[in-house]
Amino acid sequence: MSALAGAALAASSLDLLQYSPPGWGANLLRGLMNSIIIAFGAFGLGSLIGVAGAFGKLYGGPVTRDLLAIYTTVVRAVPELVLILILYYAVTDSVNRLLIGFGFDRIQISGLAAGIAVLGVVQGAYATEVLRGAILSVPAGQIEAARAMGMPPALLARRITLPLMLSAALPGLANLWLIATKDTALLAVVGFGELTQETRQAAGTTKAYFTFFMAAGALYLVLSIGSGWIFARLERWARRGQRGVRG
Amino acid sequence: MTTAATDPQPAPPRPEAIRIEGLQKSFGTLNVLKGITLTAREGDVVAVIGGSGSGKSTMLRCINFLETPSSGRITIGGEPVAMRADGSPADRRQIERLRQSLGMVFQQFNLWSHKTILENLIEVPVHVLRVPKAQAVARAERLLARVGLAEKAGTYPAFLSGGQQQRAAIARALCMEPRAMLFDEPTSALDPELVGEVLAVIRDLAAEGRTMILVTHEMKFAREVASHVVYLHNGRVEEEGPPEAVFGAPRSDRLKQFLKSVG
Ligand SMILES: Nc1ncnc2c1ncn2[C@@H]1O[C@H](COP(=O)(O)OP(=O)(O)OP(=O)(O)O)[C@@H](O)[C@H]1O
Ligand SMILES: [Mg+2]
Repeated sequence: MSALAGAALAASSLDLLQYSPPGWGANLLRGLMNSIIIAFGAFGLGSLIGVAGAFGKLYGGPVTRDLLAIYTTVVRAVPELVLILILYYAVTDSVNRLLIGFGFDRIQISGLAAGIAVLGVVQGAYATEVLRGAILSVPAGQIEAARAMGMPPALLARRITLPLMLSAALPGLANLWLIATKDTALLAVVGFGELTQETRQAAGTTKAYFTFFMAAGALYLVLSIGSGWIFARLERWARRGQRGVRG
Repeated sequence: MTTAATDPQPAPPRPEAIRIEGLQKSFGTLNVLKGITLTAREGDVVAVIGGSGSGKSTMLRCINFLETPSSGRITIGGEPVAMRADGSPADRRQIERLRQSLGMVFQQFNLWSHKTILENLIEVPVHVLRVPKAQAVARAERLLARVGLAEKAGTYPAFLSGGQQQRAAIARALCMEPRAMLFDEPTSALDPELVGEVLAVIRDLAAEGRTMILVTHEMKFAREVASHVVYLHNGRVEEEGPPEAVFGAPRSDRLKQFLKSVG
């Protein structure tokens, strides 16, 4: 172990970042991949929760609205790190208690599934508010026109309300996506091998802290610039049919 | 049918398209409609006139349940709308089906801004009425040509003038092949120079015998196209009759005053 560390210390930064050993590039990229998968899953789950939550808050009965208010208030009030610890350990624990109670063996919940579920629930609370605001921005007359033509509610939501609110929702959703990519770093506390966790391991082993954390920072930056480009294109598409503020 | 020319008997009355009986509507404590009864037979052009706040829009919106009546009965094409005791529709599917048979045209056009004009026209025929797409497109193109918008099929609504948007909205309603049309002040949001082109389209529809209920402030036009005129005042039908009578020889003082005030 110490021999390996000594060798690594002697090597230049670039050698350390090489894809195959003694470089740690493969580990970093695997971490990045895991981060992206979790962020993608959490963002997707969060958006689904957000759509349901927004429609529930706007059109649901009093009980639905109260439950959703509790959900968005609590999740947005408690620090995400605390939520992750609560949800991860509490959920793992209670699932296992339940399993043992029914006479099954305990299971190891996959870090990936737990990460997506936990971050998705957090994202869902914010997405509910982003989408609720976006739905309110849709001109009421256009929804009424669809109703007046006999469109059933689910079809109306899918074909009229959702596409119309998208241009107003995308800037907020783009923020949530970036937050999702960075929140994956919080999963390091439950030992999940995402980018920050892999970076810490590489840095701790080689003592090349500066090199590895700079490399991780650069990877997060590339991810954010790439997604910025994709969201800009999405937004342009969602704005089709609108007359621009600038010609 | 072939004997009609030689048969001296009067034709049987045309079937009823829309019948409203004792329609009442309150918003909270505000009593907006106080018992309206009105029948539009097939081919009728019923013009509804009246001062601002008299309940014209509310009445029209109750016909397709965009507003929930407080009480009364509504019958569309001989089919009574199933209502609960509080006036709310008892059967959502029935409401949707009846709405598909009533083409509503709004003051503010309300075209869907994320769809081209052609997409606006075929949206409900294709996705709700399940008309094959090619057939819906052919029908839409025919209707756009008819309202003078053939070359705007691929344009988004925001890039059309108000008059063009309203003509497209009329074509969108027609594309569902409705039993009757409901117009709520279709020209009130338009610049004066654009009113004529929209009225020309409505005149054309009236001439081909389309059933319609038309809420309007255009008295000259109402007199010209209507087969029956209804004057609403304060949520009641104050006076009604053929246009020559209502405009030419108004009986009530209120109607006389109203006609004077609108010129
Ligand atoms: N959703 C609503 N909530 C409360 N009051 C309403 C609502 N809609 C209409 N009203 C009231 O009902 C009355 C009749 O309104 P309505 O829109 O039917 O009048 P109108 O005859 O169409 O008038 P206008 O010529 O100005 O369009 C008005 O006093 C209006 O303020
Ligand atoms: Mg009105």
